[in-house]
Amino acid sequence: MGNLLLQMLGATVVSLKIFALTLLFSLPLAMLVAKGRMSKNPIISNIVNVYIMIMRGTPLILQLLFVYFAPYYIFGSSYDRFTAVIVGFVINYAAYFAEIYRGGIQSIPPGQYEASLVLGFSKTHTFTHVVAPQVVKRIIPAMGNEVITLVKDTALAQTIGVAELFRVAQNASARQFSTMPIFIAGVFYFIMNAFVSRSFDALEKKLNYYH
Amino acid sequence: MEIISLENVVKSFGSLEVLKGISFNLNEGEVLSIIGPSGSGKSTLLRCLTQLEQVDAGSITVCGQHMVTTKENKAVYANKQELRSIRLNLGLVFQNFNLFPHMTVLRNITEAQMHVLKKSKQEATAVAKKLLAKMGLQEKEKAYPCQLSGGQQQRVSIARALALNPAVLCFDEPTSALDPELTSEILKVIKDLAKEKMTMIVVTHEMAFARDISDRVIFMDDGLIIEEGKPSELFENPKNPRTMRFLNRYE
Repeated sequence: MGNLLLQMLGATVVSLKIFALTLLFSLPLAMLVAKGRMSKNPIISNIVNVYIMIMRGTPLILQLLFVYFAPYYIFGSSYDRFTAVIVGFVINYAAYFAEIYRGGIQSIPPGQYEASLVLGFSKTHTFTHVVAPQVVKRIIPAMGNEVITLVKDTALAQTIGVAELFRVAQNASARQFSTMPIFIAGVFYFIMNAFVSRSFDALEKKLNYYH
Repeated sequence: MEIISLENVVKSFGSLEVLKGISFNLNEGEVLSIIGPSGSGKSTLLRCLTQLEQVDAGSITVCGQHMVTTKENKAVYANKQELRSIRLNLGLVFQNFNLFPHMTVLRNITEAQMHVLKKSKQEATAVAKKLLAKMGLQEKEKAYPCQLSGGQQQRVSIARALALNPAVLCFDEPTSALDPELTSEILKVIKDLAKEKMTMIVVTHEMAFARDISDRVIFMDDGLIIEEGKPSELFENPKNPRTMRFLNRYE
């Protein structure tokens, strides 16, 4: 039993790594995607739109398989499984985050831009000091949803053979003819997400000083 | 000294012609009120002046700098830097304040001073505190806009505009979002500014107020200046039947 828990904790670290690296890269990438989606240049906005449609319109599990196997068929070589998982998760989540960012940015009243313009703010300053702080506050609930989903989605990494928490639990179940390891994995996911929800609640509270 | 001069300004939104050739001048220390029915183009005129909208034709000069001129029937704007410096000569107070909700009152007033005028934090804060005292809001510097009444918010937004020391302060229906009590609060502030010889353009529906503070009044309708004159003349002795009809409705 102690051995099993140790194994599962090790696998949880893998899951957390996928989680953290996905956020690290997809959060900033999503900003670029959102900007592209809102671009006045129809070529850029259309290309980005197609990208978002594919990412949201096909299963993540399929995208992971594609990211891992496509380079092998096209270039005859592939990168390691873990990298493939991160690439797959990042491009998928960036699409979802981008749409949340876009919703937030477009919800800022035009008066905020007009006031900034009349006061002589540069475009960059307007974005970083007027728009972005207000966007962050508005998108927190939607982002919370997405980040919680990401914790659970890390289980999909096993499709291309990365031994994360759920895979390890399943293997253990098969070995022991018991559903207990899977149930324990469920508790692990729940604890991780309790932590995520709490963090988002705290952030929401922190930004509650204005409305 | 002439601070603003507009000549034959034309502006359309699609096929809708909103300004059909507006010309007027504004001298230093003068208070100009623009009155007229909704949809007459008053606000659009102010928005063209403050570069929130681009004119289609005509010329605008602010403090001797050409903002836009017309060559072969097309409006030609000055380069970015010139436009920026012209913009800072004009302050604008909005109908719905447009304060930055995530910044304190103080920060709302210091932000542009620090970022645009490159003043130090101490300098900017000193200016802001002085303006807040003038607006009777010295205790509110740490408050956020959502904690203030509409009248207080509008006074903060006036302070924010004044902090950049503009040559002209423009008001776009500054009291339309306020109840009568709060309206008088704002009108008093504008009146005090008029006494200090602040050059101002006020778009308003408050006739008594326009009559009281203005050196000159413009009556606009359907994208044109119908009548222009001293408040005593325009309000007591309107020459144009359209002006008469409009003013009659207010009595």
